[in-house]
Amino acid sequence: MTSPTSPTRTAEEIGRTPQGPRPLPPLGEQRGAADLSHVDTKIGNGLRVLAVRKANVPLVEFRLSIPFAGPDTLHPATAEILAETILTGTARRDRVAIDTELALIGGELGVSVDPERLSVSGSSLASGLPTLLDVLADVLTSASYLDSEVTREAERLVERLAVARTQPRVIAREALQQRRYGDHPYTREVPRAEDVALVVPEQVRVLHREAVLPRGSDLVIVGDIDPDGVVADLGRVLADWSADASASVLPALPALTGGDVLLVPRAGGVQSQIRLSAQSLPRTDPRYAALQLANMTFGGYFSSRLVENIREDKGYTYGAHSGFEFTGNTATVQVEADTASEVTAAALLETRYELGRLGLVPPTDEDVESVRQYAIGSLLIATSSQGGLASQLSALVSVGLGMDWLLEHPRHLAEVTTEQVAEVALEFFAPKNFTGVVVGDAELLGRRLTALGGVTVSGDSVS
Amino acid sequence: MAVPELHRYTLDNGLRVVLAPDASAPVVGVSVHYDVGFRSEPEGRTGFAHLFEHLMFQGSESLEKLAHFRHVQGAGGSFNGSTHPDYTDYFEVLPSAALERALFLEADRMRAPKLTAENLANQIDVVKEEIRLNVLNRPYGGFPWILLPPVLYSTFPNAHNGYGDFTDLEQASLEDCAAFFDTYYAPANAVLTVAGDFEVDRARELIGRHFDDVPARPRPQRPSFAEPPPAGELRDTHVDAHAPLPALAIGYRMPDPVNEIDGYLANLVLAGLLADGDGSRLQQRLVHREPLVTDISAGAGLFGPFEARDPDTFSITAIHPPDVTPEQVLAAVDAELDQLAANPPDEQELAKVTARWSAALHSEHDRLVSRTLALGSFELLYGDAALVYGLADRIAGVTAEDVAAAAKALRPDSRAVLVVQPGQGGSQ
Repeated sequence: MTSPTSPTRTAEEIGRTPQGPRPLPPLGEQRGAADLSHVDTKIGNGLRVLAVRKANVPLVEFRLSIPFAGPDTLHPATAEILAETILTGTARRDRVAIDTELALIGGELGVSVDPERLSVSGSSLASGLPTLLDVLADVLTSASYLDSEVTREAERLVERLAVARTQPRVIAREALQQRRYGDHPYTREVPRAEDVALVVPEQVRVLHREAVLPRGSDLVIVGDIDPDGVVADLGRVLADWSADASASVLPALPALTGGDVLLVPRAGGVQSQIRLSAQSLPRTDPRYAALQLANMTFGGYFSSRLVENIREDKGYTYGAHSGFEFTGNTATVQVEADTASEVTAAALLETRYELGRLGLVPPTDEDVESVRQYAIGSLLIATSSQGGLASQLSALVSVGLGMDWLLEHPRHLAEVTTEQVAEVALEFFAPKNFTGVVVGDAELLGRRLTALGGVTVSGDSVS
Repeated sequence: MAVPELHRYTLDNGLRVVLAPDASAPVVGVSVHYDVGFRSEPEGRTGFAHLFEHLMFQGSESLEKLAHFRHVQGAGGSFNGSTHPDYTDYFEVLPSAALERALFLEADRMRAPKLTAENLANQIDVVKEEIRLNVLNRPYGGFPWILLPPVLYSTFPNAHNGYGDFTDLEQASLEDCAAFFDTYYAPANAVLTVAGDFEVDRARELIGRHFDDVPARPRPQRPSFAEPPPAGELRDTHVDAHAPLPALAIGYRMPDPVNEIDGYLANLVLAGLLADGDGSRLQQRLVHREPLVTDISAGAGLFGPFEARDPDTFSITAIHPPDVTPEQVLAAVDAELDQLAANPPDEQELAKVTARWSAALHSEHDRLVSRTLALGSFELLYGDAALVYGLADRIAGVTAEDVAAAAKALRPDSRAVLVVQPGQGGSQ
């Protein structure tokens, strides 16, 4: 198809040289990450603050995490509107003034909410930190939720929800949540449009007053900062953000038990979503490091058994992945793949086969060494940037861990034995432990999936 | 911040090398940028550059299929590749002990990739799944990067779908692969970048050890993809079976990113002024004051700035409720552009955009993957990796008059308008 200037070689000629294959060079000496000076403390209002100096670039990043569960059926819609409007004005600033002050310090604030937490993330040039903290304090203590802003954002939210609910991954996630947890508040991740329409501005103001609370919440701040100084500054600027009550923690999730995969019909899709899940172990468990390595071997990295089988060998999928979901003091594992309808049943068969094989034909010493290096190296890489470190620490702090875990975890990974990986693989990756969903075109999938067994066809279809 | 250390040199086989040492974390990034992207695909082979990118991971003379992934990840690293309009990049980020391994892997596939019929068939299937995932099975798939170019551009290189049609992908042969490699994957057509924790002398020695004997081949003549701007307003409609709401993309031509860089940067500042943040002009007017749209954004380049040569696209995209017409959105956008063209922004409005760019560039520099890739792509496209470090200052140098001129150049009588209509039934 192309016309190169020199005569073209064949593919076979390109793939060999006179010298022949060469040996892979060994790895060099690895240096550890530098110790980072940090302060981990509670400030006067009960907020836990972890401040870390990491001055690669003149920026600062923070993650504020507030437990934000609510049993009320309107809670998800009210919480989502709160997240969309908390930055639209305070006693001292309107929407545009907030954005202008942030922009002038190269700053951004973002707010998101899920059934467990309200999360506020922020960043700016380090020189703008006083302004960043002042805006944050202003928002936390005096967000105004003007009727006009709440009404407009609720209207936009309904439009955005319509878009979200056409995304296959959102549809599949809702179906999996219901399959796993029925109507537990944890399943209410995307509010219903009809609920959004029922929320009045006063309910949002009340929710802020009652639930945006420092006690039980935590803030991680990383960057070109002096940790002691920042902690003192936070104590001062957040002094008026206070309450006796603690932030609201999500009720514990029931432990998952295995069951049939539910086929959820979605007409017209050219791909199906396979989503399987089982109970797992949280980071605080002594066997977590071994389970982390077992998971990576199964589907947690590209060189895993699942990816090598259903992508690189069979071409059933672009991406297959297995990863943990940490909720409160518990964890589950999720196995995901999107596949064309004609190969969906075959992909589910192979996925179950690999789940069974992980326990029965466990990883070898060489397999374990590979995932061990990957686990240690990817943590090193993820935490080498300010933003990456802030996000990693925020996840740790929210379950009561901190810098110590980050420093000690590589040693725990180094000590895991092949036998320990085999043991947790058999216990936690047994196919009988898994439940899940397949979302796709039931007319194309139904016959093959039911022939496979362990699949129930749902009566309800999702659009 | 002091200007970071940077070394640039060229091997005898023509491979350009960029070294950017920085010992702040014990990790290292290695990338290779080849000077060929999907604009260089011939007719009948849409999607070939991207498919070939996949094949470059499928083994080489010293590495069986799957070995590349295992060696990178088994050393604690991660990898990827991506295909752009004018280049294709490959990279690894690893603990610094694995530097030589990454260089070995890149050199081996630059020297002798193993292109087999079996791997080609497998990766055609994988790419088709990728396209189903990212385009065919979701709302707004390919909006606007696949859908807008055929409206704005008239020549095949600029207008065609870089992901490719399934029929074209299925026709790809081993002979196509061999010819593509021999033509475009010459060392003289590539840039090797190493950034992060390493010693310069040691890196030079290792690069020499692994890349010096990659045989030289001629650097291909780079064609011009220039074409005249549209002589009027060009329109098209796309029906999206999955989309619940209508959407709109407006595409404009913009200054040559390489040869008119200051004009190009003025367009970046303009994009920030128009649509970045609640205080930006289009957000204030179209999202909040009137309100006409659910979301709106503006930007240079359909994948982001600094990743294509001329011609490049300035785009404004919006999702809007069904009771709003495209004409209403266009009229409001045009009114804001006219306003800016007639009344240049004040200093504070410029300072907002400049400070956000400064922070964004620092943040990009802090992530080793993006730092490595930025150095490589600037060396490739601009012939000067150091430009990365001067960008914040050059953006700060954009004047109010430059921005007004950029706004004035976004003319209704020379643009493309793509309308996305929800399909029958809306929310399939």
